[in-house]
Amino acid sequence: MTRLDPIANEPTHYAQVWSFRTPKARLALWAGWLALVALFVWCWQVMNAGTMWVFVADAPSQAADIGSRMFPPRLDYLPELLAPLWDTLNIATLGTLGGVILAVPVAFLAAANTTPSALLVRPMALFVIVASRSINSLIWALLLVAIIGPGLLAGIVAIALRSIGFVGKLLYEAIEETDVRQTEAVTATGASRSQIIHYGIVPQVLPAFWGISVFRWDINIRESTILGLVGAGGIGMKLQSSIDTLAWSQVATILIVILATVVVSEAVSARVRRTLI
Amino acid sequence: MNGVGHYPRRWRRPPQIVTDRGWRQALQLAILAYLVLAVGTLEVDVSRVVEGLERGARFMQGFLQPDFVSRWSDIRQGLIESLTMTLTATVVGILVSVPIGIGAARNLVPQPVYLVCRSIIAVSRSLQEIIIAIFLVAMFGFGPFAGFVTLAFASIGFLAKLLADDIEEIDASQAEAIRATGASWWQLIHYAVQPQVMPRLIGLSLYRLDINFRESAVIGIVGAGGIGATLNTAIDRYEYDSAGAILLIVIAIVMLVEYSSSHLRKYLQ
Repeated sequence: MTRLDPIANEPTHYAQVWSFRTPKARLALWAGWLALVALFVWCWQVMNAGTMWVFVADAPSQAADIGSRMFPPRLDYLPELLAPLWDTLNIATLGTLGGVILAVPVAFLAAANTTPSALLVRPMALFVIVASRSINSLIWALLLVAIIGPGLLAGIVAIALRSIGFVGKLLYEAIEETDVRQTEAVTATGASRSQIIHYGIVPQVLPAFWGISVFRWDINIRESTILGLVGAGGIGMKLQSSIDTLAWSQVATILIVILATVVVSEAVSARVRRTLI
Repeated sequence: MNGVGHYPRRWRRPPQIVTDRGWRQALQLAILAYLVLAVGTLEVDVSRVVEGLERGARFMQGFLQPDFVSRWSDIRQGLIESLTMTLTATVVGILVSVPIGIGAARNLVPQPVYLVCRSIIAVSRSLQEIIIAIFLVAMFGFGPFAGFVTLAFASIGFLAKLLADDIEEIDASQAEAIRATGASWWQLIHYAVQPQVMPRLIGLSLYRLDINFRESAVIGIVGAGGIGATLNTAIDRYEYDSAGAILLIVIAIVMLVEYSSSHLRKYLQ
């Protein structure tokens, strides 16, 4: 369309039916879909090489069986769940606290504008963040139970280690997004490095920091309910023992309690974040 | 006129979040009380922890000198299961979540359909993968098939919700223009909605692929196959060098997937 003479460039033939894409694009699209379907079928076959289809066919009756055993949830089991629930809340809260305390220095080391050395320290801090983020808290708990023994402490440390990556990543992004002019103004007064961080950067990231911490706390409540499955304390221990003894009516009660806890923590976190932002 | 003399000599940064002094102190007191209570109920077996530190050092050693070789066939098997499970579950999750996502968009469907689809999403989102996996392993038996169903089910809640929210936010004037040509409902979806949400749907799918791989490393702990099962076995045998190798592989794959999917998303948008 950049030619000067529009007449010479005008198409001589129009398609009678308008179509969404050009033939070439359509062909490429089909080839892409075909490749995807082929990959899917291949993966499906590899995955199901060892699947016992008898068990799969049996699933609906199994589900009905478990459902009928679960159905009247054993509500008199509730009082026994209060202590583990308190433990779960503690795992989440203390774990978040520990994670946040560890994440703040990591975030300042990882942010491009506050890191002491972009060549050496920054990649290390970023690796800490990635490693913490890519390992689920349940796996951290599995390791820590093997190392420091079953109990609440393993759960707290697992939650803390997992939170470093999450809080660290969001916080260092917030630090990098701060307004340079404010930092510059503080620098111009002759402030030292720590004063620049204290008066120039911290006031800018503080709302984000609290928002991120509360958000992570909410996620940690969710995650700490299941840490007990590998022995890291809390209500998950009760879940595991109920499943092991096939006490499905107790399992139903525990699931209700977990759901209620998650809903409440989500509401609290949404409320706090709304007032912060 | 007594102005300047009363200003403090040293300026302190004023509080930002809770500006009222009374509230701030009450909040600090409450936090302190909670911490005392929480730490008080914490039972820590110090001798066990001290004993464990030595084991922790062994694990760190294993992490620094990972052993990829001696359990390689198990690791390979676990990785293949995890990767195939991730891909199939993501594909099936997308296929199921697109109609549910469209059904959960208030601006496209009548109220009853909307409510049904939103409740499907709520159920799928409220339960964690690992709890779903426990039930599905009980139903389908051990192995990657249970993991596949778990991940597909969890993907539905995630993708359908974000897709529905995205559809509700599309530019209504484009939909109106298509509707004004006398288009049917299907044509409306195809020509007005799909072009607007497609880049985001692809981005979300890639993101979910990433999440599903991470989750596949976890659900193996309860018997749903994949690399998690291998990892669980390695830790149970106290083979920390093999466990370190598995964790390093997981981190590497997660980094690779994250990096390439963020690039792909940038390219698509």
